[in-house]
Amino acid sequence: MAALQSQSKIVRWIDHRLPIFTFMQHELHEYPTPKNLTYWWNYGSLAALMLMIMIATGIFLAMEYTPNVNLAFDSVERIMRDVNYGWLIRYIHMNGASFFFIVTYIHIFRGLYYGSYKEPRELLWILGVVILLCMMATAFMGYVLPWGQMSFWGATVITNLFSAIPLVGNEVVTWLWGGFSVDNPTLNRFYALHYLLPFVILGVVGLHIMALHTHGSNNPLGIDRKGPQDSIPFHPYYTIKDMFGVGVFLTIFAIFVFWFPNLLGDPANYIRANPLQTPPEIVPEWYFLPFYAMLRSVPDILFIKAKLAGVLAMFGSIFMLFILPWLDTSPVRSARFRPIYKWVFWLLVIDVLVLGYVGAHRPEGLYVVMGRIATLYYFFHFLILFPLLGIFERPLPLPTSISAAVTKGKP
Amino acid sequence: MRAFAIALFSVVALAVPAFAQEEAMPPLDHEKWSFDGPFGTFDRGALQRGFEVYSEVCSNCHSLKLMSYRDLGGPGGLGYSDDEVKAIAAQKEVTDGPNDQGEMFQRPARPSDHFVPPFPNDQANRAAHNGALPPDLSLIVKAREGGSDYIYGILTGYKPPPPGLKMPDTMQYNMHFPGHQIAMPPPLSDDVVSFADGTKATTAQEAHDVVTFLTWASEPRMEERKKTGVKVVFFLLVMTGVLYAAKRKIWADVH
Repeated sequence: MAALQSQSKIVRWIDHRLPIFTFMQHELHEYPTPKNLTYWWNYGSLAALMLMIMIATGIFLAMEYTPNVNLAFDSVERIMRDVNYGWLIRYIHMNGASFFFIVTYIHIFRGLYYGSYKEPRELLWILGVVILLCMMATAFMGYVLPWGQMSFWGATVITNLFSAIPLVGNEVVTWLWGGFSVDNPTLNRFYALHYLLPFVILGVVGLHIMALHTHGSNNPLGIDRKGPQDSIPFHPYYTIKDMFGVGVFLTIFAIFVFWFPNLLGDPANYIRANPLQTPPEIVPEWYFLPFYAMLRSVPDILFIKAKLAGVLAMFGSIFMLFILPWLDTSPVRSARFRPIYKWVFWLLVIDVLVLGYVGAHRPEGLYVVMGRIATLYYFFHFLILFPLLGIFERPLPLPTSISAAVTKGKP
Repeated sequence: MRAFAIALFSVVALAVPAFAQEEAMPPLDHEKWSFDGPFGTFDRGALQRGFEVYSEVCSNCHSLKLMSYRDLGGPGGLGYSDDEVKAIAAQKEVTDGPNDQGEMFQRPARPSDHFVPPFPNDQANRAAHNGALPPDLSLIVKAREGGSDYIYGILTGYKPPPPGLKMPDTMQYNMHFPGHQIAMPPPLSDDVVSFADGTKATTAQEAHDVVTFLTWASEPRMEERKKTGVKVVFFLLVMTGVLYAAKRKIWADVH
């Protein structure tokens, strides 16, 4: 790490004692980045932006929100009606959850397509899956806080899943609730954890970026950088490209916040929670629908009851991502040079969309069949296709270097 | 191909919740609302007439607990002056106290008070309505699939039951209500109110105006939201354009 060359005496004084300027110089200006990254590489910084927006708006909401079963719903409506710009902060936070998941899911599928989870980026990928899990927990608990009908009944359904654990299931559920049903203690602890978990995510994001900066970004060709001709410094090239992406993203986000703030939500959550009245349909937020579909699709298997099997499938679907670096046996990262995987990848995308579609419907008739096939395919894709493709697929010849491919103009 | 894939992914992912509910119901007619569209605002005349319908008809059974009388005036309100709002509030009595004798007392409502509910509690309301609870209307438009069109559909959707359908005496047939059996008797009819501004009070007019009022009550900040949105999106578009130009310039020497 070269000593910092700076005109400013103050900067030099600080840097000598606390090398934050050297650190920034090293991680932003000197940090070499492949020169061929496409806009698919914007979603990581967008996810980081969303995390910041969620934490910032969340802190302001926390100043006005009251975590009590008798007051929570009214306190949220007070934010919407009487707090200055409360409606804006709350709509940003509410739609922010959806947009956080949109960019994160695109970020994950980008990684799947270009093999960003392969050696030497396995831990980088696994940390990302940890972030996804924390996000899901945070989003679930946040959705409970307004204490509407879907909040209450969603919390009841999801916490009840833990009763599927053999022998101690019911005790675990009572322990999670802090009582014998979802009630004030549940709301209080969900609020505390909903405030805590984003900072856990922030910490894991730090590790995620540390792991990223160890070997640098993957790229659309999936080959390693061979020398300085393959790289450009992160700043200013990717800072400006990311900022342009932020502009486009915020514009779309703003259109939802200002004109369609309730499009992605369930109207039933504007009805006060009523423990005595089950809503006709209990549906989670859209970003959980594929998992919800898997949960409801699995029938009794041998001695495993459907409930436990469904829970196992749901958590198993995330577990697949954890072990993916070792399931994929192909030495080639980018799908551009994998003639079969290139198409098979889209089957997984379609499969997840089908699961999402099924998750939004009552498990009856055709939806049950669709759900079962799609769930089966999901695990088939990870457990059978990934290992076999690596063995039987003939990858195309890789370009010799990034700059060679870029100057030729074609991958 | 790639752009198409992105578009497909986003469209399908966002459209999924929209397909979430289908039932054998006649489709809702889309009314023409003053608050539709990116620049839509509430028609103040319709709001005031709607408030008349609410006060004279709906408020006999339905509360509007999240609204305060002061919301009727001021910017974003119904267009009443401060004195008019005070006069409207003063028509209702609220319980206040305890006073320095330790006793609760009745006083006229002030603009800062929430709308006084028609019954002291839900049980009293149920007892007066054969066990059915008329819901609070503060969020009714946001809390129903179909929103304003749905509420309008309910108010104008009363029909004689199809032959052969047995209805309990306390129930009415409504083509837009889930299950078609609703405990609320048809609330509106021609000239059930007489509008202060002389508008002819047809059932359709009353329904249209009271739905406008209830949409406002569900989200009194809607006009402010859309107005702010125009400024924000304009700013973002300009900013994004500048950033794109900067990106092109910085990247000009790469390749």
